[in-house]
Amino acid sequence: MNENKLLEIKNLTIQYKTDNGLVHAVNDLSLSLKKGESLGLVGETGAGKTTTALGIMNLVPDPPGIIIGGEIQFEGSDLLKLSKQNMRKVRGEKISMVFQDPMTSLNPVMTVGKQIAESVRIHETLSRKEAEQRAVDVLEMVGIPGERFNEYPHQFSGGMRQRVVIAIALACRPDLLIADEPTTALDVTIQAQVLDLIANLKKEQQSSLIMITHDLGVVAEVCEKVAIMYAGRLIEYGTLDDIYNHTRHPYSIGLFSSIPSIDGDEERLRPIPGLMPDPINLPKGCSFWPRCNRATENCKRAVPALIESDPDHWVRCIHIDKAGFFEKNAVSKKTDTSRNESITHTKDTDVEIDSSKLEESLASG
Amino acid sequence: MSTLLEVRDLKKYFKTPSGTVHAVDGVSFSIEEGKTLGVVGESGCGKSTLGRTVIRLLQPTAGAILYDGRDISSPSKEELKALRREMQMIFQDPFSSLNPRMTVKDTILEPMEIHRLYDGDRTKQSESVLDLMDTVGLARRLADSYPHELDGGRRQRIGIARALALEPRFIVCDEPVSALDVSIQAQILNLMQDLQEEKNLTYIFITHDLSVVKHISDKICVMYLGQVVEMCHSKTLFKQQYHPYSQALLSAIPLPKVGVTRKRILLRGEISSPIDPKPICRFASRCPHAKPICFEKEPNLVHVKDQHYVACHLQKEGQPYELPLPEDTVEIENK
Ligand SMILES: Nc1ncnc2c1ncn2[C@@H]1O[C@H](COP(=O)(O)OP(=O)(O)OP(=O)(O)O)[C@@H](O)[C@H]1O
Ligand SMILES: Nc1ncnc2c1ncn2[C@@H]1O[C@H](COP(=O)(O)OP(=O)(O)O)[C@@H](O)[C@H]1O
Ligand code: SF4
Ligand code: SF4
Ligand SMILES: [Mg+2]
Ligand SMILES: [Mg+2]
Repeated sequence: MNENKLLEIKNLTIQYKTDNGLVHAVNDLSLSLKKGESLGLVGETGAGKTTTALGIMNLVPDPPGIIIGGEIQFEGSDLLKLSKQNMRKVRGEKISMVFQDPMTSLNPVMTVGKQIAESVRIHETLSRKEAEQRAVDVLEMVGIPGERFNEYPHQFSGGMRQRVVIAIALACRPDLLIADEPTTALDVTIQAQVLDLIANLKKEQQSSLIMITHDLGVVAEVCEKVAIMYAGRLIEYGTLDDIYNHTRHPYSIGLFSSIPSIDGDEERLRPIPGLMPDPINLPKGCSFWPRCNRATENCKRAVPALIESDPDHWVRCIHIDKAGFFEKNAVSKKTDTSRNESITHTKDTDVEIDSSKLEESLASG
Repeated sequence: MSTLLEVRDLKKYFKTPSGTVHAVDGVSFSIEEGKTLGVVGESGCGKSTLGRTVIRLLQPTAGAILYDGRDISSPSKEELKALRREMQMIFQDPFSSLNPRMTVKDTILEPMEIHRLYDGDRTKQSESVLDLMDTVGLARRLADSYPHELDGGRRQRIGIARALALEPRFIVCDEPVSALDVSIQAQILNLMQDLQEEKNLTYIFITHDLSVVKHISDKICVMYLGQVVEMCHSKTLFKQQYHPYSQALLSAIPLPKVGVTRKRILLRGEISSPIDPKPICRFASRCPHAKPICFEKEPNLVHVKDQHYVACHLQKEGQPYELPLPEDTVEIENK
């Protein structure tokens, strides 16, 4: 394994066994992260982002979750093979996770200050007094006055709670911080404070970061690498520049044209038609084909491989060749997307899509 | 173009054990027929309360609401019933606002029954339901499904169809796309724009997403702790903010772009409480531009220029003051 690599996930597959069937939450996912690097894990609800993070932490709820296969190499060992006790040590000392809902990781009957002090003491041998002083410092570092040390989580606003959770994660000085949508529930002015905090941690402690989000703005601000997931699979991976300026995968292109721009003047958005597929019943072949304006019969045959379209820029689409171009024979169809909701259930011939953004991007690539 | 709705000095207070919450505290604005007023502001600033009070789901504490020229702040029972047809609301969480035991069809049908549309003719009502399903892009085969069987985007379409059932002129949309994924959000935003154009609908569009509000609104009002702090044409706000809170708010939006740098204003200080607020500027505790006077009296909303209104002691009637960048900023660089 490369010296520089902190984390390497290989062929990770995770499923949930439910009454309705088997949920294919994460399918054959491979990713790596260097020391000090920040990766944005992007995708819409249900794409498998949280499950991937739980996989890394070895915290997939079992039942119903099962890790079917794969490896997670971290500092020389496979996390999936560690004993419970060793894994707990890794979670305490090396990897911290900020969960989507801050309330789940705070103890409602213990004061905020005490909770921080306790987690500091797990990592360093400090007297109770010293640990409490550190907790006050940590609170102030996240913009909460030290005198609120003795308050309980429910006395804090949502934004303050989220900052406390992040403060606890940071107080542990992790080698790897996994933040699962840490700012999704926050107002933008509070989000700005939290992002500033995370940026400082990166700078001061050289921590690596996996930032899970569906906000492409947040990713552009804090990450260097981006991985886009769709239906449990990685569909595009590269640097910020690769993903934002040389977007290749039709789904990624669709995501970018779905968000209203703050500095442009578009009259109409160009959404991706249709809906996310049911993860219990994924379409055969490329799971994006029922919504894809570039789909051909070949797309329905087998899951496309990840192709390195440019150096270190990976795309999972059969029509993208090694030079990053769309094959000429790939058919495109015309259309309006706004009202048609039943696309996933109809033939793709009903689908009409505005493909100008795609053409544009292909022309520029 | 005519004004459909005008609100003057509207107040809505809630009495609680710890004091009186000034959820909406002296809000004035007007909306022209067929247009959209966007309302933005942080969580708890009174957006939903404003929307509910305007369409008379809540009784205002004080102030006037003029709808189509008539004051509807204390309507008779008859008037209220008529208003219920003309004014509708679409909610943020389409799940909790839909009855789980009612099918899609019955959900859309119910308001027609209550208001005895088509003289109570069931066949005509049912036809109308199917037409509405077409209009909002719900497949007719889903008519007998229950909300829990459907995804968020479809549930929001049911909410929209139900709101349209009585052919309203005016709709308060309370965070209608906030719970949706971006690809579905874009589908719903396009639908709402199309409906507005076809039916000449007037919207109040509540959201905390600034790029959404910019996209959909003609006019925007920025709220802070129950009050309007800045109001102007939608495009103008994104070019020039005259209120320190709006300035900070806009600087805080993360841009989905690489190779851009900009200065961000980080707000420090505690958010003031909406409970029995002191008669001073409510933003003063966090405001990087605050002066002594800001802690002494409340600023009024003044017209600085071209339909641009601001409530800040730094701004004078007809004399817009261009806010400098405060000292406490961080440089944001998207590499
Ligand atoms: N029924 C009520 N009783 C007491 N206080 C209330 C009530 N409804 C709202 N409030 C308070 O009024 C203020 C405004 O609430 P409102 O729900 O209008 O905010 P909002 O801007 O819609 O927030 P969000 O973005 O979180 O939806 C808040 O302080 C809230 O706690
Ligand atoms: N505990 C669970 N039991 C059953 N299914 C689950 C569970 N957790 C997640 N899933 C399913 O796994 C898929 C991926 O979910 P998740 O990892 O939470 O995605 P994301 O974080 O990207 O929204 C979804 O279809 C979700 O419904
Ligand atoms: S493989 Fe086919 S269906 Fe999948 S993204 Fe590429 S063109 Fe679209
Ligand atoms: S009135 Fe004073 S405190 Fe309030 S926004 Fe203006 S400058 Fe800031
Ligand atoms: Mg998640
Ligand atoms: Mg609200």
